[in-house]
Amino acid sequence: MNMTTPEQLIIIGNGMVGHHLVEQLVDNGGLERYQVTVFGEERHRAYDRVHLSEYFSGRDAESLALCDADYYATNGVELRTGEAVIEIDRTTHEVITDQGRYPYDRIVLATGSYPFVPPIPGNDREGCLVYRTLDDLDAIRAAAENATTGVVVGGGLLGLEAANALRGLNLDTAVIEFASRLMPMQVDNEGGELLREKIEELGVQVLTERATQRIEDGEASQHRMVFQDDKILETDLIVFSAGIRPRDQLARGCGLEIGERGGVVVDDQCQTSDPAILAIGEVALWNQSIFGLVAPGYQMAKAAFSTLTSGDTHFSGADMSTKLKLLGVDVGSIGDAHGNQNPGARMFRYLDPIKQEYRKLVVSSDGKKLLGAMLVGNNSVYDTLLQYYSNGIELPAEPASLILPQGSGAAPALGPDALPETAMICSCHNVTKGDICGSIDSGAMDLAGVKGATKASTGCGGCTALLKSVVDHELESRGVEVDKSICEHFSYTRQELYDIVRVEGIKTFSELIEKHGNADTHHLGCDICKPAVASILASCFNEPITDAAHIPLQDTNDTFMANMQKNGTYSVVPRIAGGEITPDKLIVLGEVAKKYSLYSKVTGGQRIDLFGARLEDLPDIWGELIAAGFETGHAYGKSLRTVKSCVGSTWCRYGVQDSVGMAIWLENRYKGLRSPHKIKFGVSGCTRECAEAQSKDIGIIATENGWNLYVCGNGGMRPRHAELFATDLDDEQLYRIIDRFLMFYVRTADRLQRTSVWRENLEGGLDYLKEVILEDSLGINDELERQMQTVVDTYQCEWADAISDPEKLKRFRSFVNDDRPDPSIIMTSERGQLRPA
Amino acid sequence: MTATAMKNEMDSVDFQNSMTLETSTAWQKVCTKADLVAFSGVAAWLETAEGSAQVAIFYLPSQHSKGLSSELFALDHFDPFANANVIARGIVGDLKGAAVVASPIYKQHFRLEDGQCLEDESVKLRTWKIEFRGEEVWVKG
Repeated sequence: MNMTTPEQLIIIGNGMVGHHLVEQLVDNGGLERYQVTVFGEERHRAYDRVHLSEYFSGRDAESLALCDADYYATNGVELRTGEAVIEIDRTTHEVITDQGRYPYDRIVLATGSYPFVPPIPGNDREGCLVYRTLDDLDAIRAAAENATTGVVVGGGLLGLEAANALRGLNLDTAVIEFASRLMPMQVDNEGGELLREKIEELGVQVLTERATQRIEDGEASQHRMVFQDDKILETDLIVFSAGIRPRDQLARGCGLEIGERGGVVVDDQCQTSDPAILAIGEVALWNQSIFGLVAPGYQMAKAAFSTLTSGDTHFSGADMSTKLKLLGVDVGSIGDAHGNQNPGARMFRYLDPIKQEYRKLVVSSDGKKLLGAMLVGNNSVYDTLLQYYSNGIELPAEPASLILPQGSGAAPALGPDALPETAMICSCHNVTKGDICGSIDSGAMDLAGVKGATKASTGCGGCTALLKSVVDHELESRGVEVDKSICEHFSYTRQELYDIVRVEGIKTFSELIEKHGNADTHHLGCDICKPAVASILASCFNEPITDAAHIPLQDTNDTFMANMQKNGTYSVVPRIAGGEITPDKLIVLGEVAKKYSLYSKVTGGQRIDLFGARLEDLPDIWGELIAAGFETGHAYGKSLRTVKSCVGSTWCRYGVQDSVGMAIWLENRYKGLRSPHKIKFGVSGCTRECAEAQSKDIGIIATENGWNLYVCGNGGMRPRHAELFATDLDDEQLYRIIDRFLMFYVRTADRLQRTSVWRENLEGGLDYLKEVILEDSLGINDELERQMQTVVDTYQCEWADAISDPEKLKRFRSFVNDDRPDPSIIMTSERGQLRPA
Repeated sequence: MTATAMKNEMDSVDFQNSMTLETSTAWQKVCTKADLVAFSGVAAWLETAEGSAQVAIFYLPSQHSKGLSSELFALDHFDPFANANVIARGIVGDLKGAAVVASPIYKQHFRLEDGQCLEDESVKLRTWKIEFRGEEVWVKG
């Protein structure tokens, strides 16, 4: 082979599997041999289709992307998005697109699949859509603007995903399934019935055994669907999700072998009938099967890479076991879940109609091996069952114990210790327990290190909990102690310190460090632990931060209740709740600014910041502000900052709720709450979102029926869209959920960790957060609400407290022995105001 | 004479003055114990042989700080990294066995005992002798 002229490799399709192949080529030296060109028909580069529905709950195309924007260019791979391949010319060895002809030596087809739209008259009406790409989602979103109802045709995995998306768009949603139950491939009748119950409880209508005959003009809605028995259903929007079909047109066009029901036939090396052309992912037909999951697609990508680079990794089929959360309902399916592929298999079933959980085991006739399993309503035993199944581990004497509820003599979960080295931990990236041990032995010291080295848990994320337990166990067995101490004074994390303070009722820093501090320090603390403990004490007991016992703990901003600027002067920010201010108060702000020569600027949080206040002037400035009815704005604290609002229904033509009223109410409720980091809210009066609530820690958007709550957004350095947490809440539901959410954050976050980062590090993610806050899975909601109420009830304006206490005011002196102001503070004038010289 | 040259001239004069005045520099009363903030700092204006100085005074009551040699410290109020007089408003603590103050602006740590910056070997704040005389706080200027 001539190494100086690389072979031309063309990858057609830039989906998850096509992208995975590029990663294989980049990571494993494939680019030394090939000049790679990738064609993607969509305008977006490869994105995470598994989490597509999150596009409606706050994620955008960029955050769903599988790689950085410059990944391809940096690695010398040419990515041509928005360029569709229309033909492969095998005689001239050229790929033909709408923009040109490209010579090839090898081709990999990774064109994936397209949604099957049943041949129903009227299926091409406006508002009849599919659910597959980001552009499809944009179309669904646009159509939903003028819709109140939506129907999904197809009650399989993707259909339920689509139904969730429609719910997220606030449509009254129905699912229509041709078979007698939902998810007929994954669950049996009992499981399907339970699934239906749970999904109907969420307000989604489920219609089974319905064959749509035609779609025509509706009377009350856009469309009318007519079924086989002449029953009808009216709806504004229809999404077809009735299965997928391989996109094999290119292969057909150039004469490659195609399966009877479609799909490009490939062998174990992913080669098609033309050895120069390979096919992977959902377009490939291997052993009469199409694999519609991402993990087998990745395995094919690895096999294709091996074929391209003369390796010997083959594709040998894939386990279709899967664990899902659809519309918030757990569904799990392992191996031969129906038990119809293994004659003589025995079944164990457990059904709890109250908790709505269903579990089924399919066991070999000798009772020793697990052949399959089915779970609805609770996937907690999935990981354990999958390990029994995929590693052929001998079952306990009473296999039923694996699916009985905990506390009734159920078998303990299979610990990481019991897993063999070959146990598959991450099937997306093919990472075994042995690989994980290997990465630890070659230097990975924590979970992040193992993830970076092995890519485990970076695909669908389903193995996160299992991976962590394996990593923890392996680190522990190697004697690695993971040091999470907050600083040299305490061998505890912030969360642990919080628990100690609460449980033992410790009210001062000195008591805490005497009882729990490390012995080999002077017990003074430091600028890490002192503000952290000050925040914990304030969250728990809410004593004024300027009390003598607490004052040495605070950062200078908290000490002097103002924000220190670069020349040692301070800025003053009175609270202007919701951004609403009377003309009289505006005049006072102007007068105070003028009197004390303060530079004035409107902040992003809809209030007014007065800069350049000298330390010794702060009490006088606040005396005047408080007399005019202002109170402290906590701009200096790790605490609630502002609740930004748009003007809402009182003025705006489009507003559907009083966003200003709600913003003021919420700001007054949570003002003064000390937290691990600052907290910002936004309240928008309608879906136009003028308050930019989705960039806040807590975002609230008005709906016709109440409020939608978004959580854990952020602007700043690393912007993050807030995620939809609960919908159509009334006022009381709204603040109760926020009470619990904020207190749970205060309890469990790390120091200086915003809600966005906290959420990203939270094991179990948004689902877990919902379980805790909305379903009270930890049984702590009463306590969280009580705790918040205590903080609310004990609120006092810190500045009002300070200016009434001469002892506290003593600290606001430029010098203890001299009344002169600091002569080194020099100002100059710019645009009619003062600024530091 | 340029400004720089003038400054050099003054520095050398000051240097000589300080050498000659070293032994005669007087202790002076600055404030009382009640003016101090336990485990924190206050600023004081000091007239010394080298001219006036802004001094940060820190008070670490011995009953709560294990094994420190002193409970009073005086060092420059001026933060050379921020070019502002703010050191007295920093958080006091102990790091690697030494009592320190963290600058409230860019968070560098300075040893209370000798003014040494922990993050930058070349930076050191001036220090002054300081002691309680009864309820009064005295500094050697």
